Amino acid sequence: MHLHKYEKYWLTFGVGSLIVFLLITGIMAFHNGSHPPSAKNTINHEKVDEIAPFNNPGVHKVSGKDWDYEVVIVASAFYYNPPELKVPVGSKVKFIATSKDVVHGFEISGTNINMMLEPGYISEYTTTVDKAGDYLIVCNEYCGVGHAQMHSMLKVVDKK
Amino acid sequence: MAHIYVAFIALFLGGTAGLLQVLVRSGHFELPWGIGYYQVLTVHGVLLGLILTTFFIYGFQIAGVSRTSGTLSPKQRLICWIGFWTMTIGTAMSATMVLLNQASVLYTFYAPLQAHWIFYLGLTLVVVGSWIGGLGQALRWMQWRKENPNQNSPLLSFMVVCNNLMWFVATIGVASEVLFQLLPWSLGLVERVDILLSRTLFWSFGHALVYFWLLPAYMVWYVVVPKVIGGKIFSDALARLSFILFVIFSVPVGLHHQLTEPGVDGSWKFLQVILTMMVVIPSLLTAFSLFATFEIRGRELGGKGIFNWLKKLPWGDVRFFAPFMGMLIFIPGGAGGIVNASHQMNQLVHNTIWVTGHFHLTVATAVVLTFFGATYWLVPHLTGRTLTKELNRLGIIQTIIWAVGMAIMSSSMHIEGLLGAPRRSAFSDYGGAEIAKTWASYQIAQAVGGTLLFIGIIIFLYIFVKLRWSAPKGEEEFPIGTVAPHAEKTPAIFENFKVWIVILVALILIAYTYPIFDIIQNAPLGSKGYKLW
Repeated sequence: MHLHKYEKYWLTFGVGSLIVFLLITGIMAFHNGSHPPSAKNTINHEKVDEIAPFNNPGVHKVSGKDWDYEVVIVASAFYYNPPELKVPVGSKVKFIATSKDVVHGFEISGTNINMMLEPGYISEYTTTVDKAGDYLIVCNEYCGVGHAQMHSMLKVVDKK
Repeated sequence: MAHIYVAFIALFLGGTAGLLQVLVRSGHFELPWGIGYYQVLTVHGVLLGLILTTFFIYGFQIAGVSRTSGTLSPKQRLICWIGFWTMTIGTAMSATMVLLNQASVLYTFYAPLQAHWIFYLGLTLVVVGSWIGGLGQALRWMQWRKENPNQNSPLLSFMVVCNNLMWFVATIGVASEVLFQLLPWSLGLVERVDILLSRTLFWSFGHALVYFWLLPAYMVWYVVVPKVIGGKIFSDALARLSFILFVIFSVPVGLHHQLTEPGVDGSWKFLQVILTMMVVIPSLLTAFSLFATFEIRGRELGGKGIFNWLKKLPWGDVRFFAPFMGMLIFIPGGAGGIVNASHQMNQLVHNTIWVTGHFHLTVATAVVLTFFGATYWLVPHLTGRTLTKELNRLGIIQTIIWAVGMAIMSSSMHIEGLLGAPRRSAFSDYGGAEIAKTWASYQIAQAVGGTLLFIGIIIFLYIFVKLRWSAPKGEEEFPIGTVAPHAEKTPAIFENFKVWIVILVALILIAYTYPIFDIIQNAPLGSKGYKLW
């Protein structure tokens, strides 16, 4: 099939930008390790409260790991445990969360910390919190009648 | 016509539900009589996303096939009717359960939230009915091919067959989810269901669904619009090529809806991101062909210079104006889609109301405006009436109201989404959080836009009723464009669906075999059902 001359220019330009775009995305994904949250650990969601680390939700300082704090969150209809989190500014934080019942979302508004919590799966995301302030955590996946009331607060505070 | 009736009843009810939603979410209105917000949301999503679209598309496609390939034989007609009634009965079953508040699981089902089995069975019937109806349409095309060997089949019929093929392949995923997972589970035959598998099967259909909406709009753009403006189809071959590419790259991309989900490897998500982006190519082809048609026609009418030809197009003709506004708004819609599907950018907007804004541009504007434009000639064509000057003018006004309403609603959704507001949520002040206060003004803007849209629906239905029952009698044509004389010859390979089906199946296997194997292999304990509404 013969293509019109301008059509060729147009497509070359379009496909060229597409390739550049995918290359950038690909390098970020595989070279910089910037994949979206995709952890594959599973858990018995009916016994979440008895299994570590979820038997002790909250902010924990850790040492000897690539990150400084672990934030453990248990979501259930329609509540995040704990309802408020405090981490020092500049620290590297690993969020570890799971759901006890239905599918929930875990989104820290205005940031790219955003993951799905599904019963039986542990979702993880590691990031550095580099700006102090209050960040609202909302459930962004419909989970039932109390969905819009399901929230929590991440406080990024100055180091003492 | 029967399809069109059901479609527009769905439009009215679903539109009303949409109006109620934006009002509730503005924080200044509460639903009476204990009706739930999420119940209304389910009505809106299912009726507009599945019922309006599927019924309208089938009405249009059956008309298109019989116009271009010849009248359906009695047997083909009967098959289409069986499909129609199966779909209608299914719709009634599901709608009843939603209205009884037994099925407020929204349009993506959200297992382990568990709806009544009649809801799932009803939706199954809708899908099965669509297979039967699609078969009826494809049979007419096959008959044409048999009667006219070694010729290119009529373009519009070819496109219909492409769309039905894609729909059939795509719905296999959701059908297996409902048949093997949700139905036995809601009936109590099995206790637990694998959530991640159900979501993956759902989304394997979920993205092709949007192309099932979009391709009929493209049929209007490629085949009908050139005739309306008095021009020619730029190239038959390009049109077919882009349809084939849409078919191939629509199904194996569902994981891009699940980028932030656990349990699926990042590399496989990335593979599907690449496949998703391939859709840019046929979109560019389409944009080129359409604007080539416009420019050639504008110049024929005496347009000079780089852009002067634009002025020569028939802006006063709603059959052109409505689809054109749809195309225009599809450009930002498509750009937003690239953001959504980007591996990492998605994390900022995933499940925020940005996404809602995105598909209100693509589906609820690009597609729906095109369907409105098509209604303005299709209905009088079928009823033997004419689109009068006054109705045409009213149609233009309706189009403008729709475009303005959608621009207001969608852009505030996009901005609010970037600020982090979640989608599919009733009004909430989130414990008085500061950031939630910044969302409030956008939610009021959405209510304003949504109200305009509702007015648009009322005007549209008024025009429809006029065209159906009281416009003056006469002949309205079903515009079918002809191909420009200098266009390139169409290679025969486009008609060889065996080749395309093999490629499509291979891509699906590459994109899905490992992730699904992994999901099953690595599966946690399944979930019991919950009813939390």
